[in-house]
Amino acid sequence: MANTTKLVVDCSTGITETIELTDAEVAQMQVDAETYAAQKAAEETSAAAVEAKKVSGKAKLKALGLSDAEIEALVG
Amino acid sequence: MANTFIKIATVTVGSGGAATIDFTSIPQTYTDLKLVTSARHTEASVSNDVLITINSSTSNFTGRRAYGTGSATGSDTTARVVGVTVGASATASVFGNNEAYFPNYTSANFKAFSADTTGENNATLNFSFIIGNLWSITSAITSITLTANGGSFVQYTTATLYGIKSS
Repeated sequence: MANTTKLVVDCSTGITETIELTDAEVAQMQVDAETYAAQKAAEETSAAAVEAKKVSGKAKLKALGLSDAEIEALVG
Repeated sequence: MANTFIKIATVTVGSGGAATIDFTSIPQTYTDLKLVTSARHTEASVSNDVLITINSSTSNFTGRRAYGTGSATGSDTTARVVGVTVGASATASVFGNNEAYFPNYTSANFKAFSADTTGENNATLNFSFIIGNLWSITSAITSITLTANGGSFVQYTTATLYGIKSS
């Protein structure tokens, strides 16, 4: 089965070519996609951890006797 | 518009789709570059990211994105994102519309570039971004490759590269 294609525009000539991706390019795109997905997953995990710490921190402030308004004023 | 704003090249994806759009041999005679895209892709999603590869490199990119989803706002760290592409789950025949700006693309400094984007979808769920990116490489930008993060670009996706001179 043929690979998908890429559109290549040579800006020095204005000529556009439709070129079938090589197997190596297809493999590299797969690697790039997996790398990007892993990076995004790590960012989301990190963001979730920060959010959990915010919730935990606010709960501890409340346990110390601060009102919700005071906590909001302190940490947003 | 100033006559220093020149279209370098434009491309429209044909009926067979395209996995990538590549601008090669970018002239080094302008001060800044502007990339305007209208993108839709094959993945069954409302939208996904348009990713950039510069000079065949996918490394050394960092960035920060502020986003709105139609019902929420937020920000995240990201890399290589220069737009939003609308997927197969969005309203038919609509596209993500994006502008990216590359100041001093021939300089010997790291390359900062920005993008502002919005998808199009006849529903509450829709994505808009403002993005600041950095490519921590000092080489001049000579080629740009665009990829849909999820499938291939579909027919009528367009990309246009403009050159801007300072005078």
